[in-house]
Amino acid sequence: MEKHSQRPEPKNLNSVWRFLRRCLFSVLSFGPMPKHIAFIMDGNRRYAKKMQIKEGSGHNVGFTSLVSSLQYCYEMGVKYVTVYAFSIDNFKRKPEEVGSLMHLMKEKIDQLLEEESIVHKFGLKLNFWGSLDLLPEPIRSAAEKAMVHTANNTGPVLSICVAYTSTNEILRAINKSCARFEDKTGEGSDPANSILVTDLEENLDSASCSEPDIVIRTSGETRLSNFLLWQSTFSHLQSPNLFWPEFSLRHLIWSILEYQKVYPYLEARRKLCQES
Amino acid sequence: MYLAHGITRALAPPVQKFQSSIILKWILGFCWYLLHLVVSLVDMVCFLNHLLLSSIISTGLLRKYQNLKLNNLNCLAIVVDSEEAEDITKTQKLLSWLSSIDVKCITLYDLQGVLKRTIGNDFKSMTNTSLRECKMSKMTVEILSLSDGKEGIAKAANFLISKYMKDDSLRCNGTKPTFSESQVSNALEAIGYKGPDPELLLVYGPARCHLGFPPWRLRYTEIIHMGSLRFMNYGSLARALYDFSKKNQNYGK
Repeated sequence: MEKHSQRPEPKNLNSVWRFLRRCLFSVLSFGPMPKHIAFIMDGNRRYAKKMQIKEGSGHNVGFTSLVSSLQYCYEMGVKYVTVYAFSIDNFKRKPEEVGSLMHLMKEKIDQLLEEESIVHKFGLKLNFWGSLDLLPEPIRSAAEKAMVHTANNTGPVLSICVAYTSTNEILRAINKSCARFEDKTGEGSDPANSILVTDLEENLDSASCSEPDIVIRTSGETRLSNFLLWQSTFSHLQSPNLFWPEFSLRHLIWSILEYQKVYPYLEARRKLCQES
Repeated sequence: MYLAHGITRALAPPVQKFQSSIILKWILGFCWYLLHLVVSLVDMVCFLNHLLLSSIISTGLLRKYQNLKLNNLNCLAIVVDSEEAEDITKTQKLLSWLSSIDVKCITLYDLQGVLKRTIGNDFKSMTNTSLRECKMSKMTVEILSLSDGKEGIAKAANFLISKYMKDDSLRCNGTKPTFSESQVSNALEAIGYKGPDPELLLVYGPARCHLGFPPWRLRYTEIIHMGSLRFMNYGSLARALYDFSKKNQNYGK
């Protein structure tokens, strides 16, 4: 009898919390809402040090924080979320750390494809951006399997940057554009000004997404560290001073309110650029 | 029960539904304005705090902001909002402050090329050098706009594919064009679009946004928002440079 009376309580609390969230998001939607938010999930190791837990556990807590943030973003109607999970520069870390991060990534990709996950809840489409050939085979095939599995989903899009840097992405776009040019034209043709900015943009990993409206880097660091340098021309860059595992709903709300303040300015500059 | 409820809702007079949706909109709007009032108040407090500290720094009372050690600053970039850049006196004042702090290399950028038209032309007449770069007494000043960013990279791609198409040995081998990052950097240099990667970028404008600064050069640049150029002061500049001098980067490690 006791167990039976305890079980409905969390469900009721969840419903009340969900209802309050919907009210809050309805208020926020009165102003312009971002369609694409990008996150640089910085500070997992420093969080682990601060909480005096194992370094690997910091990344695990970071993943939990990611799933909640994704849930809130998609409930608010954000169509695209992009996250910087692993940079090509991160391969320079100690082999044991790289190995455990790879292991964590495989585990989380598999978790995302399970029935109860956020992918199924929202009908997410998964993208993996980066030089996937640099990843160990199990992770690369898990990523490719996840992309195939969710390719026909019509819900919001989650793009995960692994083995990624922006300059590497631009380089691959240059190589694809040049290869296409070579296929199309014959010997002796002069390619002067044949490759345009639009050709490069069509060949970027991000070609199917709109440009990010907000780029958030946690832990207070003010650099982009080779993330979305091409796509962030008119993005509002934000650097909240807290570690990624501490990022919660109130920080996300604050971030969107700050974006709404500068939206008229950024939108005017974007339109000016499109007209010229 | 749900069916009855649905039918009742459907039969409710349209005017009533219209009135309740207007009331709901008003309530949502009011709550939204309240939220934004809180954000504005917090931002105002932060701004006043910053202004107070910057004013104290400008007086020269705080010694640590006086002799700035800028050993790790080889190149400083400044992004200015194009509308604010029309007031040329502000930019000239900024350059003179930077010269007094001994900053050797500066890259100025604005979206629409206003700085090229105003300051750039000034430099051209004073020093008889190119529009994009000139040497002042001890400073090198480079002036860029949107066309030096993505378009520069597209031109570098054209340069690389041109060289490839003219190289019969590569094409006869059947090798597909596969360039490297260093080849792209060399191509940018060959066509006059290469410059140093700034370690620090100061944004003068209403929002923290790089507005299309050449992407190839922004990889590890610290990006600081300085507020509007209209309200620029020496104290915030000194504070930004001091905070930068204390930074440590892992570069991914």
